[in-house]
Amino acid sequence: MLAAIGVMAILAVAIGLVLGWSAIRFKVEGNPLAEKIDAILPQTQCGQCGFPGCRPYAEAIAKGEADINQCPPGGEEGVKKLAELLGVEPKPLDEAHGTPKPKSVAFIDEQTCIGCTLCIQACPVDAISGAAKQMHTIIAAECTGCELCLPPCPVDCISMVPIAEDLPHWKWKHPVVMMKKIAETEGA
Amino acid sequence: MSRELFKFKGGVHPPEHKAESTSRPIHAAPLPKKLVIPLRQHIGNPAKPVVEVGERVLKGQMIAAADGYISTAVHASSSGTVVAIDLQAVPHISGLPDLCITIETDGRDEWVAHAPLDYQAMEPSQLRMQLRDLGLAGLGGAVFPSAVKLDPGASHVCSTLIINGGECEPWITCDDMLMRHHADEILQGVAIMRHLLGSTDILVGIEDNKPEALDSMRSAAAKLDFAVEVVKVPARYPGGGAKQMIETLTGKQVPSGKLSTDIGIQVFNVGTSYALARAIHHGEPLISRLVTVTGHVLRPQNFEVLIGTPMHTLITLAGDRDGTTGVLMGGPMMGVPVPNLDVPVIKATNCILVKSKELFPPLPKALPCIRCTRCADACPAELQPQELFRFAKAGDFGRAQEYHLFDCIECGCCSYVCPSHIPLVDFYRYAKGEIWAREKDKRAADLARERHEFRQFRQEREKKEKAEKLAAKAQAKRAELAAAPAAEGAAVSDADAKKALIAAALARAQAKKSDAAPKNVDQLTPEQLHQIEEIEARRTKIRELARKPLESEEKKP
Repeated sequence: MLAAIGVMAILAVAIGLVLGWSAIRFKVEGNPLAEKIDAILPQTQCGQCGFPGCRPYAEAIAKGEADINQCPPGGEEGVKKLAELLGVEPKPLDEAHGTPKPKSVAFIDEQTCIGCTLCIQACPVDAISGAAKQMHTIIAAECTGCELCLPPCPVDCISMVPIAEDLPHWKWKHPVVMMKKIAETEGA
Repeated sequence: MSRELFKFKGGVHPPEHKAESTSRPIHAAPLPKKLVIPLRQHIGNPAKPVVEVGERVLKGQMIAAADGYISTAVHASSSGTVVAIDLQAVPHISGLPDLCITIETDGRDEWVAHAPLDYQAMEPSQLRMQLRDLGLAGLGGAVFPSAVKLDPGASHVCSTLIINGGECEPWITCDDMLMRHHADEILQGVAIMRHLLGSTDILVGIEDNKPEALDSMRSAAAKLDFAVEVVKVPARYPGGGAKQMIETLTGKQVPSGKLSTDIGIQVFNVGTSYALARAIHHGEPLISRLVTVTGHVLRPQNFEVLIGTPMHTLITLAGDRDGTTGVLMGGPMMGVPVPNLDVPVIKATNCILVKSKELFPPLPKALPCIRCTRCADACPAELQPQELFRFAKAGDFGRAQEYHLFDCIECGCCSYVCPSHIPLVDFYRYAKGEIWAREKDKRAADLARERHEFRQFRQEREKKEKAEKLAAKAQAKRAELAAAPAAEGAAVSDADAKKALIAAALARAQAKKSDAAPKNVDQLTPEQLHQIEEIEARRTKIRELARKPLESEEKKP
């Protein structure tokens, strides 16, 4: 009896030590689920979801504080991917957070720009180049199309230009195949 | 000469239709009034224009320079005036326009100064730069810049050089005609390639349906001072594909996701070799090529065509007929339909195939896939086309990639044998395009994340730096003030120190204000001076009014 208790006690201590050590040694920094969610989000950093950027939204989803259908730039496809990751049913986008728009980049009308730097302060990805009383311009390759620069502009010189399809951006469409109906074949 | 040949898996035997266009000699197409020269004719970055609208250019003059390593230059095909640099229709499946340089020719066909290059005396890297500036790109179909392919690199040894005269696709005969009539020059090009790549084993693969080309190339090869083996390979589509030609001749397979240079083999088309010889021995850039015009025309034949010539002029030359249902650039298996006939001939144009209802009856409607796996038997890349089709159709691109979608050479054998007439290749092209687009989106998202995170880090850092700076300043001030009363021997409380600081700051601000004299008060009329006095009086009154409630508040406690 004593021996059995002793063995159990020793085992408990040994296993406890191993577990305690691995908890320290293999500690996971940050929330791995939030990381995975963040990887799916489009990184527009537009804040339409109600959070200040994609990362906070990802963390909120991971904690169960936010729904998966609050990201219009991600679209239905993004919702579907999130649903797949989290093992929940996909649902339609929440209209309250906006509707998906064609991918666009901001454009500054350089004739009207007064160089106030307000848009530069608003841009979440530092995609606007300029300085006080100097003309500003958008670095198109880095613009995410979040529209956050539109409201602060005092002279309304920024507009969103949808990305037109040109040759380097063209891609094959899903082939439309006219499937013959079986009944038709049998009839013939 | 007999060589053990190997057999690649799959392949099909479509009707060849080669005899139609080989019975007539090569004709030079006449100089058109207008040349439209696209800047994106090759794989890689499009060339950058180096001429301006209104400028007179000479034949062979560089009009757009290579932009980056994987790129090549573009040249004026004849002398004339640049009339536009804008978006024009190009032979691309999308039908979208692209940037082109339009030249109105003057009919004089005046050459720019050009001279042969002594390639043996030149530094290899310098020679490759010259070839890039001469606009050389692979004429077999992929239009990859030749200068890049002619660099064996530090770790690669290109012991085997294969010259591809397979030309397996039906209807096309431009390589056949080139080998029949310009075998010597093709082999001169091979000598240059051998010089650059250091190859020891040189093979020319020609399909057995081109006996004249085989004879011509063999007799030319016999005259050379180095060994070139001209090998007859059995005609089977797509035996002229680079990977298939390598397997037929050497028995080696290019591993999935690797290049042929990784196994020490480089492949060039015969047309590229000919263009290389013209470039080195005559200093001529790539401004013309052989184009087969065939199909539903009166006189199917091959033309020597200047790059930029509109396709309709060639069809007119070959004799257009009623009942045309469309035009393909390339052959029936891999060719792309051209959006309209004004599009120019580009470096990739090996064939203009005019379709009619009789020659190319419209495909019957597709039936569902019955998983008969005939496509898998025909696939030369040893893929499972029926699975790839299923995944591509369902949008399951990850699985498609697992099934080696990117090993597909889009040869069209699967669609050719499909009893359900499913346009399988279109699905693979769609899936590839989607995967590339997603990768691009992912890269853009990663960049945005990185920039956003850096911005947050920067803002945090700036805030901290500012706070530290302010704290340090306040500390210094406090110490300074503390020193003065300490001399008087009185202990100063924190609140007193703060008050003293505020008082000092106020005094500084007052001094600054009084120092700043108005700049526009010199030489004023008495009337203006009077106005100023009135305004000043009003201001003092307002200031007094503003101060009153403050003072009353101060008295309270």
